[in-house]
Amino acid sequence: MGKLLSIEHLNVDFAMRTETLRAVDNVSLAVHRGERLGLVGESGAGKSVLGFSIINLISKPGYIDSGRVVFQGQDISTYNDEQMRTIRGNRISMIFQDPMMTLNPVLTIGAQMKETLLAHASISDAEATAICLEKLRKVYISSPGKRLTQFPHEFSGGMRQRIVIAISLLTNPALIIADEPTTALDVTIQAEIMDLLLELCESDRMGLLLITHDLAVVSQVTQRIAVMYAGTIVELGPTGDIINRPQHPYTRGLLGALPQKAGDSRRLNQIPGVMPGLAKIPPGCPFNDRCNMAGDICHEKRPPLIVKQSGNQVACHMVD
Amino acid sequence: MFAFTVRRILQAIVVMLVISFIGFAIKHNFGDPVRELVGERVTPEERAQIRERLGLNDPFLVQYSRFLVDALHGDLGRSFFFKRPVTEVILSKAPATLELVFCASLIVILLSVPAGIHAAIYPRRLLSRFIMGSSIVGVSIPVFLTAIMLIYIFSVELGWLPSFGRGETVLLFGFWESGLLTKDGLLHLIMPSVALSSIMLPLFIRLVRSEMMEVLESEYVKFAWAKGLQPRRVWYVHAFKNTLLPVITVGGVQLGIMVAFTILTETVFQWQGMGSMFIESVSRADTALMVSYIVVVGAIFVVVNTMVDLIYGLVNPTVRVAGRQ
Ligand SMILES: Nc1ncnc2c1ncn2[C@@H]1O[C@H](COP(=O)(O)OP(=O)(O)OP(=O)(O)O)[C@@H](O)[C@H]1O
Ligand SMILES: [Mg+2]
Repeated sequence: MGKLLSIEHLNVDFAMRTETLRAVDNVSLAVHRGERLGLVGESGAGKSVLGFSIINLISKPGYIDSGRVVFQGQDISTYNDEQMRTIRGNRISMIFQDPMMTLNPVLTIGAQMKETLLAHASISDAEATAICLEKLRKVYISSPGKRLTQFPHEFSGGMRQRIVIAISLLTNPALIIADEPTTALDVTIQAEIMDLLLELCESDRMGLLLITHDLAVVSQVTQRIAVMYAGTIVELGPTGDIINRPQHPYTRGLLGALPQKAGDSRRLNQIPGVMPGLAKIPPGCPFNDRCNMAGDICHEKRPPLIVKQSGNQVACHMVD
Repeated sequence: MFAFTVRRILQAIVVMLVISFIGFAIKHNFGDPVRELVGERVTPEERAQIRERLGLNDPFLVQYSRFLVDALHGDLGRSFFFKRPVTEVILSKAPATLELVFCASLIVILLSVPAGIHAAIYPRRLLSRFIMGSSIVGVSIPVFLTAIMLIYIFSVELGWLPSFGRGETVLLFGFWESGLLTKDGLLHLIMPSVALSSIMLPLFIRLVRSEMMEVLESEYVKFAWAKGLQPRRVWYVHAFKNTLLPVITVGGVQLGIMVAFTILTETVFQWQGMGSMFIESVSRADTALMVSYIVVVGAIFVVVNTMVDLIYGLVNPTVRVAGRQ
């Protein structure tokens, strides 16, 4: 499998008033053609920042400090605004977390779909409409012709997320970055949307970077999982291996916190404490203050992300 | 939309009733209709007779309903000073004021929208800093000072623009004296409109800018960028269309308020409109004229507000559909 996207030693900083904070710290990660990769971690781990930095859409005052983002063989991190525009929404699409906020309230669904097509290809209005209808059918929206003239508020949350997915499909992208696409939805609808994403990625052999803090969700959809903590990748491996034989103490804690039955809390009760803020990441291993295995070396040296006996890549001094 | 329109118009009617009630209460307590009718040289007995004949001894509410019915027929009483029905007096003064407000609004809208958008999109640029800086200065200079400065520079020193009056006007439809159709009339309009707009312009620039900046931070604008749209489309379609809603609501009301602000401007420029007429009617204790100025300005307010809401309804799909159902 060739590499579709390869993030190499990426550092993303936020220039705050008094200091510069590193939200993504020396991250290297690849998505292969047609692969579905999960990116999991607690809130504040830097998953969204990493996802948005791929298309260089980090919110202010964030910026890529160093590193490369190679997409289809090209280093797109050096692209200027206009070059990047031809990638965004065209070859790499994004799906946001909250479908209630993603669609523009004063524009019709049709306008918001067609503009995406027209921004990337010189096609006629009729051709654009035809493509919009086709994609709406693909996400199982009934009577799509009528939908084009409707406004976002006329749809439920689940329907809106389907429409957002349809928008992401319009240009037949090679990669979709979905940032918590189901977090804002009802539990019953979450599964529907995930199934739909899985089906679409499989049928079109699209790459998917699925960002979520819900391990249960990724385990059903992705082939590999990257676990992120305080701006770094701490473990990376095939989904089955990560779920069944987690190596990094943080991953184990995350899995221990997987809700076993309905009503369970999703708090990480296996791991004491909370993830440190960007300004308070300890020296050495960023996880050392919450880790029950930490030794002296963990407070001195940052563990590299290397292949361990299990076959997973793990960033931990204590794992063989 | 139909239900929305009806509801909005009903509200407007209620507000008008309240305004007319206040107006009538003023007139009832301070006005002397007998004097308005016959002047001051009448014996007390004759006065009492006339009062009885005019129904001025009737209960308050009876008189109020009579006032309302008359008002609906366009009869707001007679001006003691002009010896004419006040509606006639006001109608003859209204065009001057409305044209002034119209030109000032035009200046405000045409300048504030591009300036506000520019300052929102490029907050760090020199031009944006200049716009914002001068809008702070602008908002703190009182209108009469602006007006006097304008007169000093452009009339006294440079001699480019006339400093008072409306200049040459054209009579339209038999009642509307317009200064918009002659070069002289337009020249006379420039300085008063600029002076009048000087209060609202900085407010509008700040309003457009802050609303636009807020919208630019929204998720749907971020999504628009993620779709790879051209910057122009993101700014002017996605962001600006959403900026319009709050700007129309707040801005529309502000423009309505400008009708009342004309009092100062009209006085400085000796502009023969409703504002200067109101000041004169106060100093002459011409109660009927005063009250009808209040009622008419109130009515303009209400009409502007209602129209603003209806336009808002047209722009905002949520309102449009809520009405459709
Ligand atoms: N605009 C910003 N300005 C300053 N710091 C930011 C900004 N956006 C994100 N950060 C910081 O970057 C870190 C990573 O944030 P990010 O949104 O990527 O977390 P996340 O893993 O996506 O969490 P969540 O699950 O809550 O979405 C956080 O510590 C946050 O404080
Ligand atoms: Mg996030």
